[in-house]
Amino acid sequence: MAFAIKVNGKTHSVDVDDDTPLLWVLRDVLGMTGTKFGCGMALCGACTVHVNGEPTRSCITPIDSMGTSAITTIEAIGATSAGAKIQKAWLDREVVQCGYCQSGQIMSAAALLASNPRPTDSDIDNAMSGNICRCGTYVRIREAIKAAASS
Amino acid sequence: MTMDHHTSSAAPFRRPPSADGFSRRGFLKAGAAAGGGLMLSLSLPFGDDKTKAADAFVPNAFIRIDRDGQIFLTMPYVEMGQGTYTSISMLIAEELEVDLKQVQPEHARPNEKLYANPLLGVQATGNSNAIRGAWQPLREAGATARTMLVSAAAKRWNVDPSSCRAQSGEVLHMPTGRRLKYGELAADAAHMPVPAKVALKRPDDFKLIGTRAKRLDTPAKVNGTAVYGIDVRPPGVKFATLAQSPAFGGRVKRVDDTAARAVKGVRQIVQLDDAVAVVADHMGAAKKGLAVLKIEWDDGPHAKLNTDNIAQELATATLNAGAVAQNIGDAGKAMAAAVTKVEAIYQVPFLAHATMEPMNCTVHVRKDGCEIWVGSQALARAQAGAAKTLGLPLDKVVVHNHLIGGGFGRRLDVDGVIRAVEIARQVDGPVKVVWTREEDIQHDMYRPYWFDRISAALDENGKPTAWHNRFAGSSVIARWLPPGFKDGLDPDSTEGAIDLVYDFPNFHVEYVRVEPPGIQTAFWRSVGPSHNVFVTESFMDELAAAAKQDAVAYRQALLDKSPRAKAVLELAAEKAGWGQPLPERVGRGVSVQFVFATYLAVVTEVEVSTAGNVRVRRVVCAVECGTVVNPDTVQAQIQSAAVFGITAALHGEITLKDGRVEQTNFDSYQILRIDEAPAIEVYIVQSPEPPGGMGEAGTSAIVPAITNAIFAATGKRLRKLPVDPAALKKSA
Ligand code: FES
Ligand code: FES
Repeated sequence: MAFAIKVNGKTHSVDVDDDTPLLWVLRDVLGMTGTKFGCGMALCGACTVHVNGEPTRSCITPIDSMGTSAITTIEAIGATSAGAKIQKAWLDREVVQCGYCQSGQIMSAAALLASNPRPTDSDIDNAMSGNICRCGTYVRIREAIKAAASS
Repeated sequence: MTMDHHTSSAAPFRRPPSADGFSRRGFLKAGAAAGGGLMLSLSLPFGDDKTKAADAFVPNAFIRIDRDGQIFLTMPYVEMGQGTYTSISMLIAEELEVDLKQVQPEHARPNEKLYANPLLGVQATGNSNAIRGAWQPLREAGATARTMLVSAAAKRWNVDPSSCRAQSGEVLHMPTGRRLKYGELAADAAHMPVPAKVALKRPDDFKLIGTRAKRLDTPAKVNGTAVYGIDVRPPGVKFATLAQSPAFGGRVKRVDDTAARAVKGVRQIVQLDDAVAVVADHMGAAKKGLAVLKIEWDDGPHAKLNTDNIAQELATATLNAGAVAQNIGDAGKAMAAAVTKVEAIYQVPFLAHATMEPMNCTVHVRKDGCEIWVGSQALARAQAGAAKTLGLPLDKVVVHNHLIGGGFGRRLDVDGVIRAVEIARQVDGPVKVVWTREEDIQHDMYRPYWFDRISAALDENGKPTAWHNRFAGSSVIARWLPPGFKDGLDPDSTEGAIDLVYDFPNFHVEYVRVEPPGIQTAFWRSVGPSHNVFVTESFMDELAAAAKQDAVAYRQALLDKSPRAKAVLELAAEKAGWGQPLPERVGRGVSVQFVFATYLAVVTEVEVSTAGNVRVRRVVCAVECGTVVNPDTVQAQIQSAAVFGITAALHGEITLKDGRVEQTNFDSYQILRIDEAPAIEVYIVQSPEPPGGMGEAGTSAIVPAITNAIFAATGKRLRKLPVDPAALKKSA
């Protein structure tokens, strides 16, 4: 089936089965590879995008549920104020190691900051515990979110 | 400590090359670069002395100074997130007297001439070896280039080179203040003689080394533009995913692909002996096709295998003598005369790597060659594996290396490359083979299961008079690098079990190699030490408890001959507030180790709920890793390795049932999450020694510090990993 989806402000039309996860449409059909595949079961957060500002696991989000929703990915999150602050804090604090999980971490953190400008430790735990980092960058993720919040 | 032991010949596999072990003539050549710059070619060691034994000069790293002054560093090490790019570039920039920004690091491009050399079959980034191997030669290369640039300037000005100085990317003639930029000198410098000897900067004069320089590879990783192996998109690429025989060693009997072929976007089903792949327009269609494939498997010879069989086999193996890894004095005699004897059995499970980037590899097989895109820790091995599979000469296989979304040893093996090649040879055009997380976990190559039988004798003061340890398990090196396995021993399996920091009058360690059937083992973050340090540091704690002494004081008393170990132990204990009172069911545990040429002590603070659940509240690490190239990287690597170790201690376990792995995804193979991650403090002890390895040390050290803390909190000694909450429930 043909779908028109709105990604980072641009409309794209794609022709895939209606249950195709958004993740594969982004990565393989549209070539936007910043959004990552980690588990395919909403267990790791690597595939996190924003759908109308809400952090969403694109690996279990079927394309036919998108309608006219505004989808934002890591490639464009820097254009939002929360996203830009988070990216800067990530660089300042040298959060990143292999970096593979970080698109998802940044998307989750940006959504947190956009909805909660002063997150507490437990807010951070709640918002970020769906994102696995195998390189164990958690200490710095926490510091960076706090730094972004106070910037 | 001087000890007579049997591994001295194999030990260099892990040891850093000695500071003076290089003839610079042997490892470095200079000449003109294409385009008229200066090119230095050098041969860097890979922590494996065999590469050093080469008579022929085989360069594997290149420094190029272009006419515009830009410096390119092509290096054989890969960036896996450990900061190698940055730290290695710092070494060059320091001696060349340039800003770090002026150095652009890049992966070594596969070069048939280079990789045709069989000695480079072991070319790989692992073993925490990058900085250890590069420390001396890269600085010497930088100093050589600097000296040649200075000579070129002096010649042009017709002055004495000693009146010139290199600074900030230019050469300055001190008496007259004349300056020339490196770019202007590069072409001339290429014709200057290579100095026979160069003076390295004194540590006091370091401007970059020891600073918290910013990572060079980070910006692309926060905006989605970094390209990992899984992200490559050669034109016309198709996407494939696969099912491999669930039971190790099984085969495909029959496939019904009617439903799979009917899925929109599915292009082709590829059947191999022991796997089936679905090729499609996108991974969504490939996965959907795979889900409706009907595959009948012949489970093969290991269909009844389970973890208990393997543990039993290892247990039995430790009843008979193994290869002696180290012997001091006469442990048997001392044991017989002992006042007190302590004995224990320890076991650690198989572990998966679970790198965040699942296994993947993109391949285009053409009639006369093959092109591969992959993130690999062992490029030459990938190329050789593909060539062999296809029956092609090496120079017909081109490998493009990409960023790695987590290595941890998994990407030192190239089974995923070979698998992708087997699929791609049946596909027209390029195909990207991506494993589902389930395949990634169930068809990993695993950190070995190990079984230890350990005992010690104590005198009337509780001081150990003898130590005896015999352990059994798989040797990864015997498979991966057969010449590294000699006389029943390899340096990895025994690291952390021998050459302990403590002074024992009688000490005896034996290793029994047992390869479990079916399941393949592989390197893992900190491999051998991840097992040995758990056993030795847990057992040290048992001895302290048997002697009714404080765990830190007990260790201190045995460290008189190892002041560097003592220093980190005391620092960690002090910073952690060792000895200060804690609430009920909260305890502190300690461990100290010398592995990967780095001294590390860890104190953890752990809380055990009445239900038996364990939470690591605080981690304090003290490290002495020789000269610190980038303290921020050291801190980040210790934090990272510690989290990796906590995951292993609390959650990590791969089990086999009916020949297959029981765990499938992150629900059954759990990884520590941010809400379980403790604060991790890292204190660095300054030292002038050559740098030690940093990527792995933290993983082995933290595990016994956790179980020792659990003992302090509950009185329960855990000798088998992972931690079993049921054993820690508070009895009513
Ligand atoms: S890939 Fe979507 S949550 Fe893991
Ligand atoms: S940075 Fe490697 S998985 Fe998070």
